[in-house]
Amino acid sequence: MQPRMVMDENKLTVYLTGEIDHHNARSIREAIDCSIQSNKPSLLRLDFSGVTFMDSSGIGLVMGRYRMMSLYGGRVRVVELPESLERIMKLSGLGALNIIGSEVHEYAE
Amino acid sequence: MLNEMKLSFDSRSSNEAFARSATAAFITQLDPTIGELNDIRTALSEAVTNCVVHAYRDTIGKISITVTIEDGSLVTIRIRDKGCGIADVKQAMEPLYTSAPEEERAGLGFAVMQSFTDKVSVRSTVGKGTTVTLVKRLSRRVSNG
Ligand SMILES: Nc1ncnc2c1ncn2[C@@H]1O[C@H](COP(=O)(O)OP(=O)(O)O)[C@@H](O)[C@H]1O
Ligand SMILES: [Mg+2]
Repeated sequence: MQPRMVMDENKLTVYLTGEIDHHNARSIREAIDCSIQSNKPSLLRLDFSGVTFMDSSGIGLVMGRYRMMSLYGGRVRVVELPESLERIMKLSGLGALNIIGSEVHEYAE
Repeated sequence: MLNEMKLSFDSRSSNEAFARSATAAFITQLDPTIGELNDIRTALSEAVTNCVVHAYRDTIGKISITVTIEDGSLVTIRIRDKGCGIADVKQAMEPLYTSAPEEERAGLGFAVMQSFTDKVSVRSTVGKGTTVTLVKRLSRRVSNG
């Protein structure tokens, strides 16, 4: 299923839903990349609130978008991460990139 | 008291979700916690995906899963393919190692399996295939056989 995406000023928010596995990751990736290329956001927010399952394909998805956004000089945030996905997200080393959770100034908006 | 189930299916990516659901449905009789069931689904998903992506890279082959439950709490899952095999299992299991970076594989499949189960073992022969065994002990013990 294609994720819902909202472009607001320079910020692209992608509302991921359901299960992210190897089978689903491809179409999700293509939809997001297409939107990044046409909108050139400076911030990509990946909203995980609707995600019920993910394996390391989800990590690959985040890493890949991180690389892509870096090409444009943009940033990535993983937001609204359900508790059940915290362990796998942390295990990925994505924590070290400091992209999990909202940025402080985002709250201040 | 031993209870066993077997599944065999084609290595199509659309079967990854099926494999997770069917395995979880069998294990549900042990009354696992939501967390435990999620751990098993995640580890299994990694093993099955590896069969689809790596073992049968440009072909479709059979994946078989055997799940046994013992003691009302010990779950053993065997995921078997007759694909290309792994030449260097030690290297394959290292975190971040992947032979398919172009497909956005994170190289974390084995790391996830290890983190989400109690024991992971791999037997593989190049050209013959691979068997991954996952063992998990559940916290609650169900007494009915
Ligand atoms: N069933 C398998 N058959 C053949 N090769 C495999 C199998 N499972 C894993 N591998 C090899 O081990 C490597 C590491 O696997 P994994 O940790 O799951 O990372 P990834 O799938 O992201 O590459 C794979 O890149 C592949 O080379
Ligand atoms: Mg893998």
